[in-house]
Amino acid sequence: MSEVILETKNLTKHYGGVHALNDANFILHKGEHVAIMGDNGAGKSTFVRQITGVEQRTSGDIIFDGNPVHFAGPLDAREAGIETVFQTLALADDLDVPDNLFLGREKTFMNWLGPFRFLDYKAMRQETMAGLEKTAVKIPNIRNSIRNMSGGQRQCVAIARTATFHSKLTIMDEPTAALGVQETAQVENIVRTLKEAGEPLILISHNMRQVMDLVDRIVVFRRGRIVANLKKEETDGQDIVAYITGAKTQPEYDVETV
Amino acid sequence: MSDTSHGTGGLKFDAKKRAWPNELNIFFALILIVVIFEILGQTLPYMNDQSFLFDTRDRFDSIFNEARLRIIILQVSIIGIIALGVTQVIISGGIDLSSGPLVGATAMIVMSFAQTELVNGNPNPKAVFGDWAFDLPVLLPIIVGLAFGAFIGGINGALIAFTRIPPFIATLGMFLICRGIAQAWTRGKPVSFPTESYAALGKGMMPVFWFLLLAVVCHVVLKYTLYGKHTYAIGSNEDAARMSGINVKRHKIRVYMIASMLAAFAAIILSSKNLTAQSGMGIFYELYAIAMAVIGGVSLTGGRGSIIGTVLGAMVFGVIQSGFTYIKLDAFYQLMAMGAIIIAAVVLDKVRQDRGSSRS
Repeated sequence: MSEVILETKNLTKHYGGVHALNDANFILHKGEHVAIMGDNGAGKSTFVRQITGVEQRTSGDIIFDGNPVHFAGPLDAREAGIETVFQTLALADDLDVPDNLFLGREKTFMNWLGPFRFLDYKAMRQETMAGLEKTAVKIPNIRNSIRNMSGGQRQCVAIARTATFHSKLTIMDEPTAALGVQETAQVENIVRTLKEAGEPLILISHNMRQVMDLVDRIVVFRRGRIVANLKKEETDGQDIVAYITGAKTQPEYDVETV
Repeated sequence: MSDTSHGTGGLKFDAKKRAWPNELNIFFALILIVVIFEILGQTLPYMNDQSFLFDTRDRFDSIFNEARLRIIILQVSIIGIIALGVTQVIISGGIDLSSGPLVGATAMIVMSFAQTELVNGNPNPKAVFGDWAFDLPVLLPIIVGLAFGAFIGGINGALIAFTRIPPFIATLGMFLICRGIAQAWTRGKPVSFPTESYAALGKGMMPVFWFLLLAVVCHVVLKYTLYGKHTYAIGSNEDAARMSGINVKRHKIRVYMIASMLAAFAAIILSSKNLTAQSGMGIFYELYAIAMAVIGGVSLTGGRGSIIGTVLGAMVFGVIQSGFTYIKLDAFYQLMAMGAIIIAAVVLDKVRQDRGSSRS
């Protein structure tokens, strides 16, 4: 298999006495799309929050792109090349598409003006167009404010950030949970374009059909532990459900017997 | 992937639904209000066929009643300067109630540094400081005033950013503090007799010049600079702004500082125009400034509005005030009507918002 982009070793997170995440060993290769599944409270989101720097881990190591990393906050992770599409859309409603894509990393000129430096609208617009083209998202008028867009369009804009900034790893936390059928299809199309472009992805999803459609590998979390690591070709929906509910545990992850 | 040319549904776009610039609505409202006053002037029995807008008595070279237009714009200019700052605060999702009393306090302080030694050959009867403070270069009171504004605004911003108390409360406290400073400065006595160069700052139509100049600067800053973009972003979705790496706290402090510096500058112009400073100056200015912004389409929920809107809002405000006087409405009723108009403007904004969100 190709190079490893992300690896976690014994990643652990305790909230006081609650062991939300225990000894998670996880590997993601370049170009690979992996789904994380599990019941609510299984530790999926906790796992992602440690990687994206939203929270600080209790113990364990994260190796990203060959180097051990300690992200102080989500911005650090983003700078390193990890782009996260959150469940709640982190978009500013009153701004248009380029403004949102470039929020916090605007292109400017006359930089000696400090906080009053001028925005390079033209360059941002052009890069936005290029980014949207890569994801095959069609937004009729990128100068319109996000407020007037549909849920699908907004999600597409959020995802398009990834493509625009050539991130090394994309993480999506239930990107289609709030979307209709057609909008979901649109988002899934973007995920496929990311796959074709060879960009690695971690997808958190409850949607079995979507997972089987989109990813190469499925990692199942249960009660704060990884309980299965399944290749898509070697499993099916029922099998995964068995792991999620606790009917089955892969032997190498079975801590109780050790 | 076959049908991406038009998106897979949900991506259809009706060009006719394109956002209509809100500023145009306000502009039409402005014209409508002028027309209404014109009609009222023609129909009310006690008006003797006066015209609101036009010069019917051949007093001027133009067809307009220039004296009235001049008074309207002069009246709104000083509060308009405050409104430019309040606009930025409201767009960032906050509110600033301290600007009116800040005008009073700044005027008192600034005037103390702008006094002249001799009044008609006699020593200045209103002197605040000793001999050293007479006939100082005009730049000094301006710097003192702006620094005081920045100081007060900085406290406002820091309180709101770090203690996370509502802006309404923080600036309401500052409202009282500033009024107190204004009264304590000279124990309530007015400060008068500025130097000639200081008096020139607000002479004649100078307030209008300052207002328009600052409006252009603020418009450019809000629309084309990083500062402006981040102001809109924070007002629109503070969490998103923070997650995008914008230093929200520092930015809020900046916004409040700029707003208070604009209010302080308004105080300089006002005291220069009046040739005196009194602790009671600027009463209701904070509310009038907010009203101008709100009439101009600045949304109290943050994220939306523009300087062009606020300038038009200021014009609407001025026209209404002048119009009420023109149709000889009592001052008490003027206040009531003004209050009703502000409420109506906010209700309109709310309606517009609800309509906007129901579409998505």
